[in-house]
Amino acid sequence: MTAGRLLANLLIAGLACGFFAPPARAQVTFERLLNSGKEPQNWLTYSGDYSGRRFSSLDQINITNARSLVAKWVYQTGATGKLETTPLVADGILYATAQDDRALALDARTGRPIWMYQHQLPGDIRPCCGRVNRGLAILGDKVFLGTLDAHVIALDTKTGNVIWDIVAADYQKGYSFTVAPLAVKNLVVIGVSGGEYGVRGFIDAYDAATGERQWRFYTVPGPGEPGHETWEGDSWKIGGAPAWNTGTYDAVTNQIFWPTGNPSPSNRGEGRAGDNLYSNSLLALNADTGKMNWYFQFTKHDEHDWDATQVPVMIDAGGKHLIAQANRNGFFYVIDRTTGKLMFANAYGKTTWSDSKDAEGRPVAKKEASPTLEGHTVCPGALGTTNFMAPAYDPQTMLFYVTARDQCDIFSTAPQPYEAGHAYYGSAYFPSEDAEPYRGFLKALDPTTGNIKWKFEHTSPTWSGVLSTAGGLVFTGDAEGNLIALDAASGKASWHFQMGGAVYAAPMAFAVDGKEYVAIAAGSAVYAFALP
Amino acid sequence: MSLTIQQPERVKKRFVFSDLQLRPFLLALVCAVILLLALTAAYAAGDRNPYAGDAKAAKAGEYEFRINCALCHGLGAHGGGRGPDLTRAQKKHVHSDEEMFQVISNGIPGTVMPSNGTNGQGVGMTDEEIWQIITYIRSVEVKAPANAAGIAAHGKELFYGDANCSLCHMVEGKGGRLGPELTAVGGSRTRESMIDSVRNPSRQLAWGLTEATKEFPQEYETVTVVTADGKQIKGVALNEDNFSVQMMDGNEQIHLLEKDKLRSFQKSRESMMPKYSPDALSDKDLQDIVAYLIGVGAK
Repeated sequence: MTAGRLLANLLIAGLACGFFAPPARAQVTFERLLNSGKEPQNWLTYSGDYSGRRFSSLDQINITNARSLVAKWVYQTGATGKLETTPLVADGILYATAQDDRALALDARTGRPIWMYQHQLPGDIRPCCGRVNRGLAILGDKVFLGTLDAHVIALDTKTGNVIWDIVAADYQKGYSFTVAPLAVKNLVVIGVSGGEYGVRGFIDAYDAATGERQWRFYTVPGPGEPGHETWEGDSWKIGGAPAWNTGTYDAVTNQIFWPTGNPSPSNRGEGRAGDNLYSNSLLALNADTGKMNWYFQFTKHDEHDWDATQVPVMIDAGGKHLIAQANRNGFFYVIDRTTGKLMFANAYGKTTWSDSKDAEGRPVAKKEASPTLEGHTVCPGALGTTNFMAPAYDPQTMLFYVTARDQCDIFSTAPQPYEAGHAYYGSAYFPSEDAEPYRGFLKALDPTTGNIKWKFEHTSPTWSGVLSTAGGLVFTGDAEGNLIALDAASGKASWHFQMGGAVYAAPMAFAVDGKEYVAIAAGSAVYAFALP
Repeated sequence: MSLTIQQPERVKKRFVFSDLQLRPFLLALVCAVILLLALTAAYAAGDRNPYAGDAKAAKAGEYEFRINCALCHGLGAHGGGRGPDLTRAQKKHVHSDEEMFQVISNGIPGTVMPSNGTNGQGVGMTDEEIWQIITYIRSVEVKAPANAAGIAAHGKELFYGDANCSLCHMVEGKGGRLGPELTAVGGSRTRESMIDSVRNPSRQLAWGLTEATKEFPQEYETVTVVTADGKQIKGVALNEDNFSVQMMDGNEQIHLLEKDKLRSFQKSRESMMPKYSPDALSDKDLQDIVAYLIGVGAK
């Protein structure tokens, strides 16, 4: 036996005995998800933890050294269209999604792929806004993917093999998934998209082991259920109220907080008189049963496509347990998450649709804000002051960071008959030519007062989310392709990198072998940055 | 030992035309089937507008137009910043309803006109809806000849002469580079919006560079910078991000600048184009210039 072969045999024996195995790839248990703050090197849920703060307690990259950040690797997905994924990182492996329902696992240190999966989509899917996906959930030895043809799929974390694949709804009627699911206990919680197609929205929970559905909460109540009376005639059957962004989870009260979107048709109120519950609402659901404990409706009887699907961020401040949401309608709402009562709602961008508040303090729409046949201008426009861009809350600065846009649109009615699987808007909207040019910002809001502490103005509005870190930094991307690090206290940019493609995703942070990385998707690629 | 890699013996036999020549009957059969399929497809796609002249269909088409087309072609089909005025009876790319159906279905390569269902917003319009939209467009067409107003030949003289347009604008390869290239503008914008751009150039700045993944195109904004060594440069923004700017000055020099290395950076939506008042350029002369541009744009 040569020395070389001896060494090889020893290596094989060593591997078999686990001597050379990488750090134990422990399964991602619910306990680990609950206590994700204890392992800041990992990023285990869409928003980084159950509270939705998108805050990393890593501080190796900080305000004093951020200027020396460099790109460590780039992974090209080869997909076209908008890349909206937030990667997960568990024990050195990065899991991400890409357009057309791709999922992939990369070596988080090098960006080299370990496995890739692509769901076979039919040719006639009904995406609303691009063939996008915002990410995976992880639990045990599986990652979970919601697809554009309304499947929920469990993949093996080690191979990308399909463990189970279930059909949640009929994609030909406009149902789809773009959301990153949320794993809670033994459940995979997921909300449907399709507010542009007259779906009846729902939030589902599946057994992570088997894919068997454990509960479904219809966001539009059926006959005999409370809230059903807020719909005219049969309009509830096609009432929309999708649930296409990831919610949060409060273990203390065992409640899932999940936001919902626009009633259908999205821009026409005629034919669905009433508040249209539970569209544009925050729902507090019992995690085990899916039963609703309380709800708060942000925009009643919406006619401007102002989905309230922004991540509801759990904040504890002043002895109160709160939820903060910077809403698409231009107001920043802070709600007591124990009772569901509104604390306050303050405009954080340009709004013209409301000039009064109801007894609870909720902004009320002016009658003149409704779309008309001739069309007239309302701010914010249909894309909203913010949209799906993930916000962040930094417990150190106690500031809430959100991507905001000032843009007004002309809303003009265009009545359409409902037809299953066919786009169902009921109105059209256009950029208002006479309005100010569109402006884009990163804004830092004080969740105790609603005041704007600072704002950073972009060259043009961006679709990027935000990450805040214990290094005193806020990271965000811009429409021109930069990843930017800003001083979390002042909003002053301290570093940037031109990635060559617009950002539609939110950054996240992780560490491997003691080295901190910040990762973000831009253009068709995923980028990771670290200190040299 | 030779390292030559052997070619695999079984090379897939290519289908060549000579095969067909050997089998004239087969060729005839294939041609007949193709012809039949093409005819069936044409018939199925609705070779004729089933709603021609139907006022109810035109109304349904108007709403579909608002949802699917008005973003570029404007409310009322009068044209917008991007798409041509479709109320003109004489169109650049299409004449018959059937051609219009093909253009709406398949888009126009090389332009921003997309094919149906490719904008990421759902599965697109049904054939029925496309015919309704065409019926609507026909119902709002104005039958005036495109060149009725203005004398194009005189407009051309003015463009390259006294009106000084060509100092900054290029048409068919001739002219300046500071302002937008105008060869196609007459085909894509309305007469009124062209007149407005000359009388009030700052009211709506022209669009410049469009980047594939970016939501908004660059506009012809005016940029004034003072460099670290105190030099002032004024020009038009070619492109910009949060940290750098690419601009052209009045001498058509390109400047590539990093914002944090500048002493000052100012951006204005006051166009560098002078505002042509009726005293400087009469309504009639302006009509002539527009007639020239429409004539070139229709080519």
